[in-house]
Amino acid sequence: MLVSILRPLIAIPAVLWATTTLTFLVLRLVPGDAVDVLAANMPDPHQQAAVRAAWGLSRPLWAQYGSFMGGLLHGDLGVSLTSGVPVSTLLLGRFPATVELAVIAMLLTAALGIGLGVVAAAARNTWLDYACRGLALLGFAVPWFWFALMLIVLFAVQLHWAPVSGRLSAQIDFHPITNFYLIDTVLTGNWAAFGDALHHLALPALALGLTGAGFLARTVRAMMLEALRQDYVRTARAKGLRRNAVVMRHALRNALLPVVTLLGLQFGSLLGGALIVESIFAWPGVAKLLVDAVFARDYPVVQGGVILVATLFVLANAASDILAASIDPRIRAER
Amino acid sequence: MSAAAPDVHLATTRRLTSRRSRVELTRLFQRHTAGVVGGALCLVITLVTVLAPWVRPYDPVAADTLHLLQPPSLPHPLGTDELGRDLLSRVLVGGRPTLFASFCAVVLATVAGLLIGTVAGYARGLVDTVLMRLMDILLSFPFILLALVLVAALGAGVPTLIVAIAVTQVPLFARLCRAVAMSIAATEYVDAARAIGVGHRRILWRHMLPNMVGPVIVQAATTMGLAIGLVAAFNFLGLGIQPPTPDWGDMVSDGRTYIFTAPYLAFFPGMAITITVIALSFLADGLRDMLDPTMR
Repeated sequence: MLVSILRPLIAIPAVLWATTTLTFLVLRLVPGDAVDVLAANMPDPHQQAAVRAAWGLSRPLWAQYGSFMGGLLHGDLGVSLTSGVPVSTLLLGRFPATVELAVIAMLLTAALGIGLGVVAAAARNTWLDYACRGLALLGFAVPWFWFALMLIVLFAVQLHWAPVSGRLSAQIDFHPITNFYLIDTVLTGNWAAFGDALHHLALPALALGLTGAGFLARTVRAMMLEALRQDYVRTARAKGLRRNAVVMRHALRNALLPVVTLLGLQFGSLLGGALIVESIFAWPGVAKLLVDAVFARDYPVVQGGVILVATLFVLANAASDILAASIDPRIRAER
Repeated sequence: MSAAAPDVHLATTRRLTSRRSRVELTRLFQRHTAGVVGGALCLVITLVTVLAPWVRPYDPVAADTLHLLQPPSLPHPLGTDELGRDLLSRVLVGGRPTLFASFCAVVLATVAGLLIGTVAGYARGLVDTVLMRLMDILLSFPFILLALVLVAALGAGVPTLIVAIAVTQVPLFARLCRAVAMSIAATEYVDAARAIGVGHRRILWRHMLPNMVGPVIVQAATTMGLAIGLVAAFNFLGLGIQPPTPDWGDMVSDGRTYIFTAPYLAFFPGMAITITVIALSFLADGLRDMLDPTMR
């Protein structure tokens, strides 16, 4: 048991080192650097050289890499070129918004994906199955950005059920502590703000969650059909257990194991989708910061943001591996 | 009898084969309805996209100040945009950049993945380990994030976008090809070929590659749907194609400005993407059933 928990954890530092190094190299090996971007405002070559020296860009690559990694270990990600604020400060301020959105979207993905998949498998080849599969296919085929816009058109513009953008209404009196609005509002007992925050979360989380749910539902359905074919399901039915009990207790439990691993991977595509969904809903998270930084060619921010998001993804994958191993004795035995 | 018989026989065979092919086609359709419908839809979309400059009713970039932001009507079935440009013509032409870039990205990813995966699976040992660890590193980034880093590094534009999206998909092709290559390399006919002294290159070309076509085509069809979504997303963000060339992703982005007054501007190009991806998904599933019975 201990080994199966430790194994994914041991791999984490290696993977993190690899992803940060790759990010560093990709952003460094292309022609041009941050000073070239600012060159329009700095026509004097001597001045350019001075800034390069001050930022350490004239040093050899390995030396830059050394100080980059050294800084990274101390939590120092450099300074934003456009605002002059330390990148770590920028990221930490926006990190809670992204995590909050991603977690709620993930819950939606899991609930909808598993629900649709189980219903489709249990009602195999009936109209209900086809309806669920059709929905799953739509979720999988509809582009994120378009789906997000259509949600705005339907629920915000036509029905006025939800706000168009942002995290909180301006008139709400609320002072964030940790910046996780849902947690802060509960801790301070500010239920009006809690409801408002949830209200603002609804559409972006739906936009992010539904797309992943389509993919998940397909897998869950396939896994459920596989599980329902097994001998123990027939035995359970033969001894007189009700159909629903067999589906939920015997088949679902066994079908869900691969789904746990899949959820970890799904979290990655969800973080990727956040890049687009946050932009559309003006959600003040890391992803929006990252996209804006790409446009401004603010490389330290791009670098820091990419490293942060990739780290989240790696950790989520490790967590799902550990979870899978702790649920399934077969995975433990394999190792 | 001696002279006529072979001719008669030949004619009968020919008639039989033509009937059989018709029967087989019907059976193909019955067994893989979704796949055939998806394939036909893909064919139609491809044809319309390729022929768009000739079949479009209006000039997609010509402004018409007398007909601004008109909702769908008979002369303009999908309406007109803020410059009076016909939306149907723009949707028809707008598929070209998206589908072209996605297609290039998939071809690039397929070729690179095939090369890396086959070499890794055939050579094994250190080469295999190094190549596959590299692929694992690429896989430890979410797709969109990796593509975004590459676009950030190389600068926005269509060629960059093609490379960036191809890079995100190479690991999946490489893994697939490696697995297939390993199983083929272990077969007796490869052993036999090696035993009679056939060189590595010839074994790769004559024995491995033809047997990998099936799974690779299935993977390519699946990836194409994904690539379209990614290309459209980057064009939507403004990191791909530059205006005024009409493009689906870019058109949805433009439609954002008029989302309150003319939501159809964003609706139709997005529908076009969705329908294309659904058609591709049906095609990919059908191909999987036909070509790759192990992955069902």
